[in-house]
Amino acid sequence: MSGVPGANPLRDPQDRRLPRIAGPSGLVIFGVTGDLSRKKLMPAVYDLANRGLLPPGFSLIGFARREWQDEDFAQEVHDAVKQHARTPFREEVWQQLIQGMRFVQGNFDDDEAFEQLKTTIQELDKAQGTGGNFAFYLSVPPKFFPKVVQQLKKHGLADQKEGSWRRAVIEKPFGHDLKSAQELNQIVHDVFPPNEVFRIDHYLGKETVQNILALRFANTMFEPIWNRSYVDHVQITMAEDIGIGGRAGYYDGIGAARDVIQNHLLQLLALTAMEEPGSFHPKALVAEKLKVLTAVELPEDLGKHTVRAQYAHAWQGGEEVPGYLEEDGIDPKSKTDTYAAIKLTINNRRWAGVPFYLRTGKRLGRRVTEIAVVFKRAPYLPFESGATEELGSNALVIRVQPDEGVTVRFGSKVPGTSMEVRDVTMDFAYGESFTESSPEAYERLILDVLLGDANLFPRHQEVELSWNILDPIEEYWDKHGKPAQYPAGTWGPAEADEMLARDGRSWRRP
Amino acid sequence: MKIDLTETTSSKINQALVSARRAIGTPAIGMVLTLVIVTDEENAYDALKSAGDASREHPSRIIAVIKRVSRSPRSRRDARLDAEVRVGSDAGTGETVVLRLHGELVNHAQSVVLPLLLPDAPVVVWWPEDAPADPAKDPLGALAQRRITDAYSAEHPGEELAVRADSYTPGDTDLAWTRITPWRSMLAASLDQQSAQVVSATVEGESENPSCELLAMWLADRLKVPVERTVSAGPGLTAVRMETKNGVIVLDRPDGSLATLSMQGQPDRAVALKRRETAELLAEELRRLDPDNTYAATVKFGVAKLAGQAAPTPAEPAAAAAPAAAKKTAAKKAASK
Repeated sequence: MSGVPGANPLRDPQDRRLPRIAGPSGLVIFGVTGDLSRKKLMPAVYDLANRGLLPPGFSLIGFARREWQDEDFAQEVHDAVKQHARTPFREEVWQQLIQGMRFVQGNFDDDEAFEQLKTTIQELDKAQGTGGNFAFYLSVPPKFFPKVVQQLKKHGLADQKEGSWRRAVIEKPFGHDLKSAQELNQIVHDVFPPNEVFRIDHYLGKETVQNILALRFANTMFEPIWNRSYVDHVQITMAEDIGIGGRAGYYDGIGAARDVIQNHLLQLLALTAMEEPGSFHPKALVAEKLKVLTAVELPEDLGKHTVRAQYAHAWQGGEEVPGYLEEDGIDPKSKTDTYAAIKLTINNRRWAGVPFYLRTGKRLGRRVTEIAVVFKRAPYLPFESGATEELGSNALVIRVQPDEGVTVRFGSKVPGTSMEVRDVTMDFAYGESFTESSPEAYERLILDVLLGDANLFPRHQEVELSWNILDPIEEYWDKHGKPAQYPAGTWGPAEADEMLARDGRSWRRP
Repeated sequence: MKIDLTETTSSKINQALVSARRAIGTPAIGMVLTLVIVTDEENAYDALKSAGDASREHPSRIIAVIKRVSRSPRSRRDARLDAEVRVGSDAGTGETVVLRLHGELVNHAQSVVLPLLLPDAPVVVWWPEDAPADPAKDPLGALAQRRITDAYSAEHPGEELAVRADSYTPGDTDLAWTRITPWRSMLAASLDQQSAQVVSATVEGESENPSCELLAMWLADRLKVPVERTVSAGPGLTAVRMETKNGVIVLDRPDGSLATLSMQGQPDRAVALKRRETAELLAEELRRLDPDNTYAATVKFGVAKLAGQAAPTPAEPAAAAAPAAAKKTAAKKAASK
């Protein structure tokens, strides 16, 4: 753990009750008035404090254009915490936090504001004992990234001094293709060393995603069948039931594949398909993820094995909703995809010939993210022909959200005098076996940033490899045809069903 | 849903559990452990409530073993088992069985509990008060991987800690130890920030509060320096001072909720250190079921040794007001020993 000097006699690895508390540190949030900051970051900071995981004197600095005083900022955080925090509001925790809250007003090109930020940080080092350790959270549109990191450099805020650290936290999108991602990486790495740059993919902070590793590598019963001999194919789905809402400006031109497949789904694929790492050391883990991402191969005929589409005007769950092309701020001729489905294969001994189907979309049937490993049918069924008519394929489904858990589907005899086999499910739900509310992803990720633990953050090589996979598909889509249409509130266009039907398979209804 | 059974047996209780689950339509899934609470009629309500709240974090089958006092020779001869089965919303997130043992059966509680344990899942026994001198040798304690006692509820907490140290078996733990986790983690964090060598320390808190002794013993054991235990009016622990070569580190909590951390060369900082409910303590306890070696080392350090090394001001409990000690019933302890 960084920030912890060698020999603290009160620390003992055997003493597992003592939580991992971050060392003296502070967090600077750029774009603190944004939605993400109010709904996720501020509540996560409070929840961490409430669980006693933040160091005494932890400081939070907000940076935004709005003309606020420290008190207005504190009030804003207070409201956000009351409304969105996971753990109950406690006055004494709030009193602890409020002492280290500051607000700096300014634009990103405002040198004075950054000087002000520098003074504030120095003041906090004195008043709160933050020890010069600060993480800069860039919760701002990507077009401001270069400006902000250059300002940080210019004002000496990113200088790594002996015995303290400065870290940068950035949110997706990490570029919109390989070239822009490389440029972005270069800009950030120019200012912060690569190991001090934390890219947030909040999916990796989710308990269920970390559980993929536990499920695969802590058990014996899954690993023997986790390969091409038993697995028929894998479906990874992330569906949203909302439209683009007010994000037209960001979304148009980006689309579902860049927004979701490039980061979340390819990360889920990597975790599902990777080999066992030698240890959970960040380097070992990233090495395995890189290996499997390098082995990913695109289908030869992109037209047949990828589908993109846009939601069309329809009734969804009792509400009449507009189609994508009718949304405010969207060009009626836009070719941006709100639904994307692609087929990938992985060229290695374990997965050769096993297709991985990735799909994501907006305005689908319901909000769900899951990984379904679908197994081959039994080679021979010693039953009468009618007995197994209702039997589907065995499947293991990791439900990432909501209703986190794992489902195993298999055949069972229907009670009665005749032999008839039907699919049943065996279910493990987090809500049943563990805490009622497991920590929010952002809690875990912010704590890891403060601790300097990079395991749950995609490295720049992973980001670049993911673009490598997606870029040819986007190029193909650019040149050929236009997106299909699907009624809002359904599970995607008919073309996507045909895409699987060509392989003799069908999509699960998640 | 609640089913009352009188003059019953474990197998009838098991049947009742199955039919109760059927009736409300949820199969038994997801329970991670069996929590056995050994208590009496007087404390059963509070203990069950805490356990029910803790079960939101650790869904469990909660078995309350209530030993009924027999007042006449005839009732002592009459062995009888009554049970109350609660499933669904009445029972936290798991299921609860309240067992009332009468007469001779009081001495054979394990025979009732054994068939009711969840298959394959860990077993935890909790004595909210009146824990046996050697929990691991107790017939009920012997069924468990984890045995939770509470020195705070004892008549003489100091002596109780000595008893715990003598009979310590891996898997034993005490809620008085659980109570100080936030203090320990804050003290450890303060030394993270200022790695100065500690030369001596003081732990101040209400008398008759074994958490103060445990914290003092932990510091003495880890820091290898003399630690003094002084008495204040409470509530609970009120302050820890660590003298270092760079000045003093003080963690001071006068009101039982918001503490101040003062360190040489650094500003005073507020730290939330609220006294926790039993349910939260229990939830922490159930999070790890492996032996707690740090607790073992601490409790074995010995209360006597602690009192011996801090010679100048021996703890003088008589004068100090100890509000919390008063609410614990004193008579029971004498009865059980």
